[in-house]
Amino acid sequence: MASSAPFPTGPIRTHRGRGVAVVGADIDTDRIIPARFLKCVTFDDLACGAFADDRSELANAAAGPHPFDRPEHREASVLVVNSNFGCGSSREHAPQALMRWGIRALIGESFAEIFFGNCLALGIPCLSAEPAAVRALQEAIAADPGAELLLDLETLEVELESEFVGVNRWRVHLDPGPHQMLVSGQWDATGQLLANAAALGDTAARLPYLAGFSAV
Amino acid sequence: MSAATLYDKVWDLHRVAELPGGSTQLFIGLHLIHEVTSPQAFAALKDLDLPVRHPERTVATVDHIVPTTSQARPFADPLAEQMLATLEANCAAHGITLHGIGSGRQGIVHVIAPELGLSQPGMTVACGDSHTSTHGAFGAIAFGIGTSQVRDVLASQSLAMNKLKVRRIWVDGQLQPGVFAKDLVLHVIRSLGVKGGVGYAYEFAGPAIAALSMEERMTLCNMAIEGGARCGYVNPDQTTFDYLQGRPFAPSGEAWGRAVAWWSSLASGPEAVFDDEVRFDAAAIAPTITWGITPGQGIGVDEAVPTVEQTPPEERPLAEEAYRYMDLQPGTPIAGTPVDVCFIGSCTNGRLSDLQAAAAVARGRRVAPGIKAFVVPGSEQVAAAAEAEGLDQVFVEAGFEWREPGCSMCLAMNPDRLEGRQISASSSNRNFKGRQGSATGRTLLMSPAMVAAAAVTGRVTDVRALLQT
Ligand code: SF4
Repeated sequence: MASSAPFPTGPIRTHRGRGVAVVGADIDTDRIIPARFLKCVTFDDLACGAFADDRSELANAAAGPHPFDRPEHREASVLVVNSNFGCGSSREHAPQALMRWGIRALIGESFAEIFFGNCLALGIPCLSAEPAAVRALQEAIAADPGAELLLDLETLEVELESEFVGVNRWRVHLDPGPHQMLVSGQWDATGQLLANAAALGDTAARLPYLAGFSAV
Repeated sequence: MSAATLYDKVWDLHRVAELPGGSTQLFIGLHLIHEVTSPQAFAALKDLDLPVRHPERTVATVDHIVPTTSQARPFADPLAEQMLATLEANCAAHGITLHGIGSGRQGIVHVIAPELGLSQPGMTVACGDSHTSTHGAFGAIAFGIGTSQVRDVLASQSLAMNKLKVRRIWVDGQLQPGVFAKDLVLHVIRSLGVKGGVGYAYEFAGPAIAALSMEERMTLCNMAIEGGARCGYVNPDQTTFDYLQGRPFAPSGEAWGRAVAWWSSLASGPEAVFDDEVRFDAAAIAPTITWGITPGQGIGVDEAVPTVEQTPPEERPLAEEAYRYMDLQPGTPIAGTPVDVCFIGSCTNGRLSDLQAAAAVARGRRVAPGIKAFVVPGSEQVAAAAEAEGLDQVFVEAGFEWREPGCSMCLAMNPDRLEGRQISASSSNRNFKGRQGSATGRTLLMSPAMVAAAAVTGRVTDVRALLQT
């Protein structure tokens, strides 16, 4: 299920979309995208690999199918997860697969560091929230998959508007650095890094190992 | 806030600028690349019409997708062939050195950079691979990055980073015979949890760490990331310098003395301030093995799979999931669990000393009937050194297969993989569901000596019993 929504660009201040909950602690990047999907030289076709093994495991299980295979979540763009989501491998294929499936923001108890950074580099915010808030969100999504989530990155609030469960609002957290990068649209670092060409040269010049250790 | 630690000193030295978003632009001293996470970065560079700023500071090898049976080109798997061909073309186009198959220097990226003397104290090391923490063994700040960041390093030799806190992991005492760095790090992760290190760099220090060889330090730092710490390091000392001296890319001649002086000045001294400290006693650690689906689900080989009651409430759902997936009964001793496949290799434990430890167990014994056991050296240099000592013969005579270097069944991007519900004793670093190539395959992580003990007995066995006889 690849979304046709455009990939993130520019300042990211709000996002509106349906939620999908993937429940469980320590969901690693091997589960988000199994290694066999890494045999590629572009990210283009990764959507079908998102949670591939978990999805086939759950396809015919009593608890199944996997949330990514449920028709009511087909349009979802906000992924709600539990703690240490995205641990394990540094593969950017993981956020790339989620983004190509249609995810544009994540809310969770906590995120693994490299995964968080990989998402940031794509303009996908990973917002953290209290465990109770995450649970409440996941339950609300289960109760009303059609409900829309409104993420306000400036005030760091998420609102869920549901015909069935009414309007609920939770605080979310984002560290000041990434927060600033997303709302200012400067989350894609390449341009900023290149802008400091002179300072880069100065730093290189004072590194002993780049100068035969003669600068010591 | 930490101060005057090696981490602080290296960070300050490599700081280029503060960025508008609030992060720090950090110069990257050594950039390592491989075939899996670089092609999209080169493609992005091309789209942006940017050159590689410091091609001489990027070094490439091929490891994840290489077959370990026949490495003749073209590879039997066309996708694997395409990935290597793409890497070769990108390196050629940008003037990047590639240590390819047959060069005598190819191997797992985290094995070859140290053995070539590329990884050195005081550097910042980045690679599109989470186990880049390995290079912290030299007193470098080394961390894994994603593909967008690989693009950034290629374009600017720098990254936008946020400074980590520093936790000192102080280990007293001495590891007992039959207990290795792998056991130590599995014990640390078991104690502090797989997310315990998020937001931290781990400094490993204390008498037990000082006594470790460089290869053991690499095993330790390699798995810092499995404890959530993006980087782990050991302060450089005489062991570090002795290892580096004479290696192809290490300083030599007059520069050597100056290098050692500078490296020595970087170590965290008595004035260093840490955000946090945790202490362990090495002597109390048993051979350690995982029973579950995260590296934190570890126990001593003489213990039983923990029961729900023994598990903290917040970890119970994961424990329940692990019992189901692993098909292990809570409360049953882990020793005696039958295994199907025994894998010795990976960037955690695919170095010469790992193969020596495993061969010491395999020598004069036979792989148990029905067990598939194989050894994958971490690099061409490791393979050559092992063969020069006759280790390959020891393994082959014991019934192990002796393979060509690569990542192999650590993540199964090549033909080496578990089938169905097979259970492996593995010297690698991740026991995640599906990690070794079968969506239902199961992994028990342990030291190479413990893998060899499992191979010759057909079940999980305390290697200490075999070392006494
Ligand atoms: S050996 Fe395993 S963990 Fe190490 S680089 Fe290869 S795939 Fe990654």
